[in-house]
Amino acid sequence: MDTIISLFTNPATYRLMTIVILSIFLGIEVISRVPSVLHTPLMSGANAIHGVVIIGAIIVMGEARTDDYLSLILGFLAVILGTLNVVGGFVVTDRMLEMFSKKKKK
Amino acid sequence: MENAILQLCYLIGSITFIMGLKMLSHPDTARKGNLVAAAGMTIAIFATIFLFEHDGQKLHNYGWIFGGLLFGTVVGTFVAKKVQMTSMPEMVSLFNGMGGACAMLISLVEYNKPEVKETGTMIVIALGMLIGTVSFAGSMIAWGKLNGSIKDRTIPGGQVINFIIFAGLIALVIMVVGGFMPEMHSLFYGILALAALYGILFVMPIGGADMPVVISLLNSFTGCAAAFGGFLYDNPVMLTGGILVGSAGTILTILMCKAMNRSLKNVLIGSFGGQKAGASGASKEQGNYKEISLNDTAVLMAYAQKVMIIPGYGLAVAQAQHTCHELEKVLNEKGVEVLYGIHPVAGRMPGHMNVLLAEADVPYEKLLEMEDANDQMASTNVVLILGANDVVNPAAKEDPASPIFGMPILEVERAEHVIVNKRSMKPGYAGIENELFFRPKTSMLFGDAKKVLQSLVQELKQV
Repeated sequence: MDTIISLFTNPATYRLMTIVILSIFLGIEVISRVPSVLHTPLMSGANAIHGVVIIGAIIVMGEARTDDYLSLILGFLAVILGTLNVVGGFVVTDRMLEMFSKKKKK
Repeated sequence: MENAILQLCYLIGSITFIMGLKMLSHPDTARKGNLVAAAGMTIAIFATIFLFEHDGQKLHNYGWIFGGLLFGTVVGTFVAKKVQMTSMPEMVSLFNGMGGACAMLISLVEYNKPEVKETGTMIVIALGMLIGTVSFAGSMIAWGKLNGSIKDRTIPGGQVINFIIFAGLIALVIMVVGGFMPEMHSLFYGILALAALYGILFVMPIGGADMPVVISLLNSFTGCAAAFGGFLYDNPVMLTGGILVGSAGTILTILMCKAMNRSLKNVLIGSFGGQKAGASGASKEQGNYKEISLNDTAVLMAYAQKVMIIPGYGLAVAQAQHTCHELEKVLNEKGVEVLYGIHPVAGRMPGHMNVLLAEADVPYEKLLEMEDANDQMASTNVVLILGANDVVNPAAKEDPASPIFGMPILEVERAEHVIVNKRSMKPGYAGIENELFFRPKTSMLFGDAKKVLQSLVQELKQV
């Protein structure tokens, strides 16, 4: 119960909850008018954006004690996987969209 | 001061994600939108590396961080540049799994930190790992299914097993978070194991035709997992990025379900093409189908006024998009109007066919969406179906017992002639018999899409 109450009394948590709720509506608004042609690139682009989880991996890695090898290795793996998600996601999306724009000029 | 700059960078990151998604939803600005989001991501990443402080402590282990970043960037770029356009869906699924695994690892490390954690922190760590792991395991299965290394498998009583696992997961999370047995670390790893199992069993029975929906759903799962990371580190950019993808992915999933006229629940529970579908298909009386020769096809098309090409996954597998465009050009020279009818869920992902045909330089305005294509159908002389099956199956309109009943289809039978190119009479990916092949208007043209199209182009040049 205390945890639930603290959601509203703790200003930091309250701020985060506000961001969550506003972002949910924003996500719905931004996406709801997409031509089906763009569904695949959009899914791919969104896929790259959730790669933002990499920031968590960087923090984990950067805070790990230099003699804590388990954390170092897991964190290192997390950074690699997160980077793959971000870089791979954006490059793939760009490749898809490149083809759309090419014939647009004609 | 530095913290202010960091927060400003995060704000910029959040704004670019919103703008990026917005621009991605319009054809003209899509590419720029992707770059905008990528730029924002870069800013957020480097700001974190150099400016992030926790209790007055800067980050260290720069060697490891940059090593990981460099390795990931090189491999990610290489793989993403190399991959063929036809394997794009697999690629998205794979990258999605990586994001899930990343969230899972973060939770693992955070859990192992010695300091005492508040209940709120434990909730976030446990749920982040749970969702990250489900997304990772599910994406890997989806990836394997799309590249054909994992077959559809329906486990008897699968739904009951899944429900039990799900209940078990919730119980474990409550126990871990509540701290009833603080010494029992195995409980936490139990979440990891059960979540992985759940991810596998959750995707395993879902049929190939529904795979796009599943990938989109897993995509929004990973978004949520990233958002839990945002709670964990009180990090606004992770929160906005994660939640945006979470909600946008959910909407996209629902849009896809709508295109198939099925509910999400139906997709997740009813395995497409399971035993039920096979039974109803097999019990039906099947007539005879007739074949058509390449030569006849060429003549029929050359003297048509309007030809509509309906591409499906078969076109993607055969890598026949360029040959298809060539056919279009030859027909155009003969004064035949060529259009493409694109079903929203043709292929393995929504928009899959558009991407594929765009690669072959097929003009944008020739790709008709389903409603427009159906409007044009009555004035079309020849419909050429290239490796599409379920999206033209009349059972969706006529047979209430069919598992795809109610799904909007391309109504090819309103055209004069229907020519179906397939490799064999085997049912499509959804495993449902297609009565269209036995209808009087339909002629079958067997063979690999690319080879058939190449010969067809040759024949047409001689007509």
